[in-house]
Amino acid sequence: MVADVMKAAGLLFLVVVVQLSIIANVEILGGHPNLVLVTLVSVALLRGATFGAVAGFSAGLLADTGVFGTLGFTALLLTLAGYWTGRYGETTGRDRAHAPLLSIAVITVLYQISALILRFMLGAHAPAGPIFAALVPTVLLNLLLTVPMYALSRRLLRPREWVPREVRLLG
Amino acid sequence: MPRHRSVSAVLGSSASRPRPQPFPSRKRSNLRRRLVVGGLVLVSLVLITISFREPATGVEHGIQSAGATVLRPFEVAAERVARPFRDVYGYFAGLVHVKRENERLKEEISKLRQQALQGGTAQDQLERLQELMQFIDSPQFPKDYEQVSTRIISFDSEFDQRVVIAAGSDHGVREETPVVTRGGLVGSVTQVAGSVAQVTLLTDEGSAVQARDQDTNAIGLVRHGQGKGSLILDDVTKDKRVEQGDIIVTAGTRSGQYPSLFPRGIPIGVVTFVGQSDTSLYKQIQIDPFVDFSSLDAVTALITRKRIPQAP
Repeated sequence: MVADVMKAAGLLFLVVVVQLSIIANVEILGGHPNLVLVTLVSVALLRGATFGAVAGFSAGLLADTGVFGTLGFTALLLTLAGYWTGRYGETTGRDRAHAPLLSIAVITVLYQISALILRFMLGAHAPAGPIFAALVPTVLLNLLLTVPMYALSRRLLRPREWVPREVRLLG
Repeated sequence: MPRHRSVSAVLGSSASRPRPQPFPSRKRSNLRRRLVVGGLVLVSLVLITISFREPATGVEHGIQSAGATVLRPFEVAAERVARPFRDVYGYFAGLVHVKRENERLKEEISKLRQQALQGGTAQDQLERLQELMQFIDSPQFPKDYEQVSTRIISFDSEFDQRVVIAAGSDHGVREETPVVTRGGLVGSVTQVAGSVAQVTLLTDEGSAVQARDQDTNAIGLVRHGQGKGSLILDDVTKDKRVEQGDIIVTAGTRSGQYPSLFPRGIPIGVVTFVGQSDTSLYKQIQIDPFVDFSSLDAVTALITRKRIPQAP
């Protein structure tokens, strides 16, 4: 467990630094890839909801600190992203090959929309038009990043053996 | 027990069935999971609230500044690793327009050479006259400013037009310090820590700069435009003259709504469109900024020791 925490912390720290310093300024076809979200989704799928939520909170806090952003903003969004992805991984998504791609597509859309709503609620600049216009390319870019990032995360955090639960039949 | 039973037979059966007992460990784990995520959400909301309510000198901002300072070496290292790749990309991207741009620049150089000669003479004359009249002035760009050249180490999300630079209060950078490139005005410092500072770009929703047309002296407010990275010159009444191709520079005056005072004469951009409608009080003026905000790399913070006059 401690080894998992250390590996995930190291990976997310590196990814946050790369995101803030390099990837945040990358724009391809109007889309903005989010390496932190992709890595978090991979980690949460492999290690579950609680691990995902804590990892999301820590990565978000680090990202907010790095850009002098509103402290807690990214942390809140990534906590929920990590939790929901983790729950999906623990339940229906388990052992499904398409789970990482499906998760990242859904979480990217939810993340962007939630960020927009939260910003609007906080009275910050919330340009809905450009965000919706960039949604499809952003999802595609994140899907492209998912393949190598999930493979890397899987290599670092080996999938747990799922023990089949005892099933009691009625009657 | 019969193998095929009807639904009604099953539901109507009086056979008592034991209540399903949840596995205790599973129940505990569910509770723990919910407590953890609930706690984290609560902490995030508290942090957001403090972020908004606390002054810039508060504890949370102090912790954030310390965190940003700790992150700085890692961000600088990542940026250095990425720089050669970015340069290669920039080189090939630049090749596409290089021929057309070369012709335009040659024309511009000959025009600017003439202007520089005239400007130099006028500047000498102005300085002599100001000395004779004992004219009191605010800090002049660039002679009254020290230049702290630094690098951008991180970029904000696509929502905000903000960057973090690798120079802070240790290097003399303060809030409202103007930041420029060789091209022109980039923005101003909005938050400072020891060795890093946050710069809000001119293209941000919250930025506005008093500017004037260098050729006609028409004064207006430069704000972000409709497209990403585009700017407009707002609040220019219809009686003022502004033409396509005019150069827009900072006015060096202070607006009540936007108190940031930039030094006079920093280039901002060139007018690309001027229009007006019957219903609007002001002209519609679009500006093409001199600075390419999408590929910012190194910037210069302008620091003055001279006192900036405060409006009463």
